Formats: sequence, C-alpha cells, structure tokens
Amino acid sequence: MSERLPKPTSLWEYANPRRFMALSGFLLPFVAVGTAVALLIGLTWGFFFTPDDYRQGSTVKIIYIHVPSAMVAINAWMMMLVASLIWLIRRHHVSALAAKAAAPVGATMTLIALATGAIWGQPMWGTWWAWDPRLTSFLVLFLFYLGYMALWAAIDNDDTAAELTSVLCIVGSVFAVLSRYALAFWNQGLHQGASVLRAGAVTGDTEERVSNIFAVPLFISMAGFVGFFILLLLVRTRTEVRARRMKALQARERMS
Amino acid sequence: MMPELGKYAAEVLSAYAVTIALMVALLLISLRHSARTRRALRDVEAARKNRSGKGSATDG
Repeated sequence: MSERLPKPTSLWEYANPRRFMALSGFLLPFVAVGTAVALLIGLTWGFFFTPDDYRQGSTVKIIYIHVPSAMVAINAWMMMLVASLIWLIRRHHVSALAAKAAAPVGATMTLIALATGAIWGQPMWGTWWAWDPRLTSFLVLFLFYLGYMALWAAIDNDDTAAELTSVLCIVGSVFAVLSRYALAFWNQGLHQGASVLRAGAVTGDTEERVSNIFAVPLFISMAGFVGFFILLLLVRTRTEVRARRMKALQARERMS
Repeated sequence: MMPELGKYAAEVLSAYAVTIALMVALLLISLRHSARTRRALRDVEAARKNRSGKGSATDG
C-alpha cells in the first residue's frame, strides 16, 4: 500500500480503496484536532459561559448537545443514503463500506438526541415522552438504524448485504426527512418547530429566534459534532476496508 | 468554576453525562476495533508473504 499512486483526475477515483486509505490517512489528524478544538470550545462555552434562559432556566444548556446530535443523526442517514445509491448505481465498494461504517455513529447520535430530549422534556413539558410527530419519527429512525446494522450483521455475503441494506436505507430516508420536517407536515405535538437551521432563525425576528448569546457556541458545538461524525466515519471506513481486504486474502488462501 | 444550575442541575448534568459517556464509548470501541483489524491484517499479510517466500525458495 506504500506505492505511489498517479494523481487523481476525477472524484470517483477515491472509490479506489488504496486511494481512499491514502487520503483518509492524511486527513485524519487534521479532522481529529479540529473536532477536539470545536467540541472543547463549543461545549465549554455553552456549559460554563452562557446565561440561563428566562423561561427554561439552566436546561437551555442541553441545547448544545441535543441539537447537534439530532442534526448529525438525521444527516448521517442522508449520507448513508447517498453512499447506498452510489453503491447501487456505480458498485463502488468503499461507498457501501462507508454507509456501513456510518450507521453505529448515526444510531448513537439518535440515542443521544432521544435521551437528552427526554431529559429536557421532563421539566419543560412535564413528561419524558410523548407520541409527538417529531419524537415518534425520531424513534422510528433509531429503529431503522438498529435494523440496518442487524441486516449487515445477519448476511455473510458482503455484496448481498450491501444491496439489501441500501434498499432499507432508501426506505428509512422517509423517516430521516420526517424527523426534520414532521412539524411542518402535521403542525402539532409538543416539540417546537425548527429554530436553529432555518432562514431567519438567527438573524430574523421571529418569536422562536435563538439569541446570539446561545447561537454562537451552539454553532461551534454543531461543527464539533459534525467533525466527530466525520472522524469516526473515516476511522470506521478504514477499518471496514482493511477487514474486507483481510477477508479477500483469506479467501484467496483457501482457494489456493 | 461550576455554573449555578439551580433546580435543574440534575437534568443538565445527566444530559451531559449520558452524551459524553456514549460518545467516548463509541470512540473507544471504534479505535479498538480499528487497531485489532489493522493487527489482524498485518498478520495475514505477513503470513502470506512468508508462505510465498518459502514457496519460491523451495521452488528455486
């Protein structure tokens, strides 16, 4: 794997495992440092140096973990969808492995969003859980993550597993979208509408506008969570690429 | 140093504790799995190289 590769002429050349390993190995330290810095600044600023909200008290500090984890949970599935479509259309193994690698990270982020949402909801709404459109679609998304990982684990043939999980990923995308836009569709339930990632949320003058005092550390924390996702995606995809090569070598040994 | 969290201290602290615990656990599991796989692949490649080396020596 140490031979020099010719300069890539198209993005698709990164679907070559050797090229992917070279690029991801180069990027990993930068992503790790950037993620650590963003998480440290965002969470420290949010937890220690922001005031209480006049209505929610100190529970507003949960926003720095709840919103970023929910955002990553939804977008991890969308990334898996894109990777799955690339696998189905162009048959690039690295994209299928990247989708597989992203699933546990997305599932963990969904679990964090559900847990922190319940902890935040109890004092604010008076209940840990409600069958509200947004909460319910998030729970279904979590179940899809579990199903996706179980399907990968249940099938021995990697190509078959990649195909079936890709189809499951396409179906589950409905719930990833619903998790984000459930309120726009049903306009009911306890969960508030989008108040961060929408036009006018920070600069606008709507009632649910997030004050800049909270918004700046929140955006830094979101950058940290996105970095954490990318970091683990790279580490885990590299692991999957190595595991696949190991399987191929062992199969070749058995054949000879 | 610790901010005054008032009556919601338990909620805020437990939310952060759950998040940090899950993220650290995921990171450690991923790194451990990565290190194991790297070692296993190195062993398989080394064994393969040894076998092919021995094979060619015998053949020669």
